[in-house]
Amino acid sequence: MSADGSSPPAAPVTIVLRGRKVVGGCAEGEALVTRDTISGWGGINERDGTVIERRHELRGQSFKDRILVFPGAKGSSGWSAYFHMARLNGVAPKAMIFNKMTTKIALGAVVARAPAMTELEQDPLAIIETGDWVKVDADNGVVEITKRPRGGPS
Amino acid sequence: MKLTDHEKSMLDGAQGRAKARAMDLLVRYGEALGAERLIETNNVAGAFNASTPSVRELARKGFDAVYSELNLDSPEVVEVPRMVANTCQLITGIDNEQWRVQGIPDDLADQQKRAEKYFGARGINMFATCTPYQVGNVPVKGEHCAWMESSAVVYCNAVLGARTNTEGKESTGAAALTGRIPYWGYHIPENRRGTHLVDVGIEVDDIMEWGLLGYYLGEIVDDEIPVLTGSWRSPNLIKLKHFGAAAASSGGVEMYHIPDVTPEARSLEQAFGGNRIRATVRYGAAERRIAYENLNCATDRNVDFVMLGCPHNSIDQVWLIASLLEGRKLSPNTELWVHTPRALREVADRNGYTRMITDAGGFVMSDTCPAISRHMPKGTKVVATDSAKQAHYLPAITGVSTWFGSVQECVEAAITGRWNGGLQ
Repeated sequence: MSADGSSPPAAPVTIVLRGRKVVGGCAEGEALVTRDTISGWGGINERDGTVIERRHELRGQSFKDRILVFPGAKGSSGWSAYFHMARLNGVAPKAMIFNKMTTKIALGAVVARAPAMTELEQDPLAIIETGDWVKVDADNGVVEITKRPRGGPS
Repeated sequence: MKLTDHEKSMLDGAQGRAKARAMDLLVRYGEALGAERLIETNNVAGAFNASTPSVRELARKGFDAVYSELNLDSPEVVEVPRMVANTCQLITGIDNEQWRVQGIPDDLADQQKRAEKYFGARGINMFATCTPYQVGNVPVKGEHCAWMESSAVVYCNAVLGARTNTEGKESTGAAALTGRIPYWGYHIPENRRGTHLVDVGIEVDDIMEWGLLGYYLGEIVDDEIPVLTGSWRSPNLIKLKHFGAAAASSGGVEMYHIPDVTPEARSLEQAFGGNRIRATVRYGAAERRIAYENLNCATDRNVDFVMLGCPHNSIDQVWLIASLLEGRKLSPNTELWVHTPRALREVADRNGYTRMITDAGGFVMSDTCPAISRHMPKGTKVVATDSAKQAHYLPAITGVSTWFGSVQECVEAAITGRWNGGLQ
């Protein structure tokens, strides 16, 4: 993503995508994006919100206070329980955007009590990058993405 | 979501606060899924026990508070009535008799026992195993269930032909009190048909080989539905138990078919049920090696701890381990834990298998496993196991490194203290 590194910093680009509400509410924050599916139990540390799975793209990074953008859930049925405990520990994501609906992620999003959306009109993984500012207005089915200015190689 | 009059009366609180909270959770969950309605279930397998340090604070407020928060996602504490559906406790964190061997503090063991008494008196059957189907909960084909435990879910769907999604702590807690679960996913016949054809080109026979095949496939198909073709001797409970557990760890496999073996696939054609084959996956020597190398992250051949029994061992597996150990002694540097459901431990005791294992210096444990309890022998850095699932999760959860191999290789490692396994 540093291909346009030579162009001068431009005004922030904002993209609006519509999608389906999974859990209602509205939240905004910095995006944390991964193309890897996420495990709950055995995949995250519920005390600090970091991804702990070996060979995971986000290993060592925390979703606390971020907008987590990911393909979906995998692994153990402890998925919801771990996102539930992350919420009780104050380290749950601010909101979630994902592509593939499963029982794990539906229940996990419900008990994380964070706004969540899916079925966006375009693939969020192709549009949202880590560091972008994202507003998830699940009640109205709208995601607003403000691209992080990328003035040069970071 | 469309609700029946009975469901509405539960939601409205006419049948008590606990059921109202349970229905509230089921409605929020069902709407998140996009489900149109709920379905009746009379077979729930969940996780209710208060057995971890993180539950300590909640448990001080009483077990109604534990159930209300962790099993119903309820902001108010409700009094937990008797379960409406047949319900069992899956694997838990503490061995009720050998918690000190695990290194669990006495107060936590006591907390679990008090929780069991409380929930037991409300009808939750304390099987305390990840394999309820090994100890009497064997749903029939087409039965609607609400099960947790990914390895049990895939066994329930694929091998038994019963119907469950991968439920969680909160949805099973709500299902147990209402006898309802969202009608979505694997409850619906059309969603149970195959999507991927798997061409198994090499011989797959023992549980290690079924584990490798499952581990490779899970990563490739994720949560799609593989249909396996190849030549094998008819696989049995323990092989399919390991296969499913592995595929549900590296990926999210909840359903598969093996034509002529599993109940919803008398033929390859029936397995796909008219679905277009989305992709064909080949599994040969190269793929087997990839799975093996992904599972073996250890480099130090000195083995501190050998773990056998994830998912929990059947009695035949305990007998095999006992036979391999008979008349031998473990290395003084290595510990061995053999895990089996409490009900089967009773049989192992009666048969003398437990004695054969303890005489060699090992322990026979029940109710838990190291990945769930996060407890292993003190100072463990290198683990050997015959379980792809445990080899996948232990490094992430506890920071150890793992060797994965056959049960024979693992027993040899326990005796010599060294890993001499390898891919033949």
